[in-house]
Amino acid sequence: MSALGNIIKKELKELLTPATFLPIIIVALIFGTMGSSIQGIQEQAKEKPIIGIIDADNGTLSTIAVDVLNSSAKVVFNSSSMLDNQVQVGLETLKQKNGVALIIIPHNFTEKILSKQQGQIEVYWIMKGAGLMDAIPSVVVNQLLTTVNTNISKYLIQGNTSINATVVLSPTKRIETTSFKDREFKGLSPDKIMNMLSSQSMLIPIVMMMIIIMAGGIVITSMALEKENKTLETLLTLPVKRTSIVTGKIVAAAIIGLLLSVIYMIGMSYYFQGFQMSEGVNLADYGLTLTSAQDFLLIGISLFVTLIAGLALCMLLGTFAKNYKSAQTLTFPITMLAIVPMFLVMFADFDTLPFALKALVFAIPFSHPMMAPRALLFQDYLLVIGGIIYVLIFAIITISIVVWVFKTDRLLTGSTKIKKISKISGQIFRMKKLR
Amino acid sequence: MIAVDVKNLVKNYGSIEAVKGISFSVNEGEIFGLIGPNGAGKTTVLRIVSTLLKITSGSIKIMNLDLEKDADKIRKIISYLPEDAGAYKNLTGRAYLQFIANFFDMSQNQQMVQKGVEIAELEERIDDRVDTYSKGMMRRLLVGRALMINPKLAILDEPTSGLDVINAQEIRKLIKNTAKKGTTMLLSSHNMLEVEYLCERIALISDGRIVEEGEPKALMHKYEANNIEEVFTRAVQQ
Repeated sequence: MSALGNIIKKELKELLTPATFLPIIIVALIFGTMGSSIQGIQEQAKEKPIIGIIDADNGTLSTIAVDVLNSSAKVVFNSSSMLDNQVQVGLETLKQKNGVALIIIPHNFTEKILSKQQGQIEVYWIMKGAGLMDAIPSVVVNQLLTTVNTNISKYLIQGNTSINATVVLSPTKRIETTSFKDREFKGLSPDKIMNMLSSQSMLIPIVMMMIIIMAGGIVITSMALEKENKTLETLLTLPVKRTSIVTGKIVAAAIIGLLLSVIYMIGMSYYFQGFQMSEGVNLADYGLTLTSAQDFLLIGISLFVTLIAGLALCMLLGTFAKNYKSAQTLTFPITMLAIVPMFLVMFADFDTLPFALKALVFAIPFSHPMMAPRALLFQDYLLVIGGIIYVLIFAIITISIVVWVFKTDRLLTGSTKIKKISKISGQIFRMKKLR
Repeated sequence: MIAVDVKNLVKNYGSIEAVKGISFSVNEGEIFGLIGPNGAGKTTVLRIVSTLLKITSGSIKIMNLDLEKDADKIRKIISYLPEDAGAYKNLTGRAYLQFIANFFDMSQNQQMVQKGVEIAELEERIDDRVDTYSKGMMRRLLVGRALMINPKLAILDEPTSGLDVINAQEIRKLIKNTAKKGTTMLLSSHNMLEVEYLCERIALISDGRIVEEGEPKALMHKYEANNIEEVFTRAVQQ
């Protein structure tokens, strides 16, 4: 064998370890699941949006609007009456048929525009989730309403009317009401609500992600350094309970992680303030701010149990770390587990996720404090408290496993199976060489 | 009184038999050496006695305490010095000794630290960070750490490993003096001269089995050998 071949063979043997491949395989599986789910959402977006129309005007211009809507949307409710009763019937029908919006054209629509005023179009939005993906159907309907506007403008220009340019260019005005999670938001469109919610609830996912990445890295590295610096054996022969070693490492990492996050968040909070001010909407007017001490307490508990669960998971991974180098590889799956729910919470609403993705998001402990603020805004206590209980059980089980690993030979001797395999493969190699 | 009583000790790593039914006992205050080549099973035996590894079969009693049932109690009276042990690099030598002493009797931990400082003999360097220490200084700190707590049983794996002649001699003297004060010593070594000088009794281990046991001089007489090295070679060949 050439010198080059010899070196390549040695390098491959060193690099082909489960620690190298396992994190990548896990990440590939997570991305695979995410990809197929997002693809499903995109397929959904290509479908015609489901809407309802109440045309109380029945004039020339409302007919133009209805034609546009009929040609590009699936209309499941049609009426020419604007009575309250009809609006309710329309909304119920849409909710049952997974509709997006009920578009109401009032009786004086054509007349108003022709008398040089903007014609009103009332839109009752039915918002299912607050993720970016959930906004796709409403974006499509928004585009249709823009087309309605354009087509009416074309009609007015072609008719060579004497209406002023402002009305010709923008003949319609929207009055929007959004129904979301059994609450009505007057004067707000789904995209505005979504922006407000995401700007408000983005802080916790980022804090959580930062704490987990920072504190998790500390725990894994601490375990690796105990092994690399040969201090672990001494520690394990001292009169200290295994539970105390595990708890001590987790608590110390949590404190450092929190300190680092506070420093990080001071900068980030200024960054987010800029976004919230640009919205120009007072969230409190719509009841979209958390005010009760109980809600903050629940968020705090959720953050705390998740931090403990995450660090216990890091500790478990840390027991696999042989040295500082391998510890760096092992922080990768934890980073991914923190980033994946952060993006999922941003792009989609837990309630509107497909079942498989919903189960995945729920199973990742880091998702829960990220989802908690939004859930509490809409009084979804079941999701928050259920999440806390789940994460608590996850933490207890993980800590128990870590303590068990500390009580076994595994921490010092590593996997005997791997040793056995390498020994057998070594023997086979030597036998081949002898032949 | 018997300080360490090992009976039919077997330790398997998966299908690999590292220790194959070893029995020996160490009297209180005695220096007992486990002698053998690399991979003979010496470190495995010491790690088991130190409560680090589980027993596959057999039994061990330390000061009449059962190793499997009373591991927590045993950890209070033993001290283990691994062959390639290290210390926390960000701590000073004194802070490291303090960290270890804090796990023991709080009323005596300052005396423990003082004793550790005296054993380590690092002078003013004891207040320097551990990562600035040479290998010899590190080993002296660790020996100080192992002996400062006045253990009833000190388990020393290659206590002079990697040390120069002068440092090694100092540590041997220290071990001998500590044993005179009543601490039982169970140690392993490759160095046959060291064994002859230090140990009152030895057990020769080869391939996970004890092939011979006794006082060094008696064994040399039995095998008509000039040193323990020759005893070992002849005992293994038999």
